[in-house]
Amino acid sequence: MADIWRMIGRRLLLGILTLFVISLVIFGATELLPGDLARELLGQSATEETLAALREQLGLNDPAPLRYLKWLMGVLQGDFGVSMATQKPIAELVGARLGNTMFLALYAAALAIPLSLVLGILAALWRNSIFDRASNALALTSISFPEFFVAYILVLWLAQTGIFPSMVRITGSTTFGDRLYMSFLPALTLTLVVTAHMMRMTRAAIINLLASPYIEMARLKGMSPLRVVLRHAVPNALAPIINVVALNLAYLITGVVIVEVVFVYPGLGQLMVDAVTNRDIAVVQAIALIFATAYVLLNLIADVMSTITNPRLMHRR
Amino acid sequence: MTIFLSLIVGLALFFAIGISARAAFRTLAPDHQKPTFRDMPLTASFGIAIILVYVLVSLLGPVIAPFGEGEVVGAQYLPWAAPHYLGTDKLGRDMLTRLVYGARNTVGIAFATTILAFVVGSVLGIWAALVGGWVDNWMSRFVDALMAIPALIFSLLLLTIFGTSVLTLILVIAAVDATRVYRLARSVAQDIVVMDYIEAARLRGENNWRLIRREILPNAMAPLVAEFGLRFCFVFLAISALSFLGLGIKPPTADWGSMVRENATLIAFGDVTPLLPAGAIALLTVAVNFVVDWQLHRASGLKE
Repeated sequence: MADIWRMIGRRLLLGILTLFVISLVIFGATELLPGDLARELLGQSATEETLAALREQLGLNDPAPLRYLKWLMGVLQGDFGVSMATQKPIAELVGARLGNTMFLALYAAALAIPLSLVLGILAALWRNSIFDRASNALALTSISFPEFFVAYILVLWLAQTGIFPSMVRITGSTTFGDRLYMSFLPALTLTLVVTAHMMRMTRAAIINLLASPYIEMARLKGMSPLRVVLRHAVPNALAPIINVVALNLAYLITGVVIVEVVFVYPGLGQLMVDAVTNRDIAVVQAIALIFATAYVLLNLIADVMSTITNPRLMHRR
Repeated sequence: MTIFLSLIVGLALFFAIGISARAAFRTLAPDHQKPTFRDMPLTASFGIAIILVYVLVSLLGPVIAPFGEGEVVGAQYLPWAAPHYLGTDKLGRDMLTRLVYGARNTVGIAFATTILAFVVGSVLGIWAALVGGWVDNWMSRFVDALMAIPALIFSLLLLTIFGTSVLTLILVIAAVDATRVYRLARSVAQDIVVMDYIEAARLRGENNWRLIRREILPNAMAPLVAEFGLRFCFVFLAISALSFLGLGIKPPTADWGSMVRENATLIAFGDVTPLLPAGAIALLTVAVNFVVDWQLHRASGLKE
């Protein structure tokens, strides 16, 4: 047991270090500008007075390391600064939307993970059959589709007939059931986009193992193919499968941006796109940091979980 | 019902194009290449045929297109009828014309971006593997840090800082994707730089640039070419996504991503016209993926 905690602690430290570097990159990117941010935002025709006022507002008169420290201290206390476009505190803007985005991502994950695991195992079980080939071709196809294409096909097909709403309007009084119903189409879009990759990797991970001698042994004992796959192949394929699942959940984070825009879903992605259009740099930095944190956390969890499922990694000396 | 009908028509077209393209490749290929095409899967021949069509359309764009790129030719949102075979968009521009020009702009920009990402990424990656030591260490750690931020999020951040124009779009996406190419090129090159012939070339007095160009690159080509296809798909989808979000290629330039956005209101009325550019994006990515899949399968010599 102590080994697990030590490993988790080590990974956590590494994750915090990664986050620190990410925050440096996110903050430091603004320093890459040839001029300064104020001139870039206001354009060439800006007068010296307005430039000076904006510099004052953005705190650009301080040296960069000092500004970074101030920003980081604020972020650690949940204070991301003030949005330039709306003059509201960013924490307030982000707060409710973060919950909505996480709800959508979790919803999509709850649909996609069981679906892709079952499909992947079935494809491995019946490999080279019609089912396998068709699902393989379908998976390749759906990987290649832009998210907004999938989204609009679903709108055309399911929202046109009035079965599901094509826009999501969440208010304080929306019940959980209503939320599930209203966000079904965005969640389904995300599911379709990530399922293909997870399914293909699950299939590949299992098929890789099916060539090993112990599987042949199990077969020679007269086990049914389903039992061979479920009892012998899947437990050993768990580590790569967990990694792929985490990778795709991380992918959900970016997929969410486009899907939210299509369905007018009140989440972080939509806020970010608006902020990019307005060049509201403080908001973009805050959201980028949140998404990056989620990304790092997911990878960390996957790392820990795949180690726990594999005794060979657990007892490595 | 229409969904299933179009599915059946789509499948029929897929088989027709695939089979006829395969037959054409078999007869047209020079003799020493014939075995390559002999047991080519249908998906691959379909993919190659589609890619050829796209290349033709983008090269011959102005000849094929019935109207000018930004020309307003009629009322808004006209239905499908001659002379506007695919109707008109929200400003009354001919849809078919803009689709044809879109092939040029969208695919051309994506291709240029991928090439840029590849040149930068692979040269730096191979150089890092060749030189090793602290250069390699620092560059790789730096790339790791950049890769820890999701690609789309990082591109959005950079676009906010540098503003949205076609040039910044190309540079930003190329920079983000170069990090991925760097990783692959470095890991491939690491296996090559320890070979004896590299040692021999070094002793001959070849400099680093020549080593990269003449000794390492030719041997690292196979995985890099497959990666090029995949990378192109990612870049193409990323650019379309950004254009769709209104942050990429801007009107009046005809571009598939922004065309979907401009005419999206029509979808609410059950019209499929806005989906055509999205479908054009999807079809090309599918085609490239099919061909890459075949190449990877061939290269790995995998027989399940």
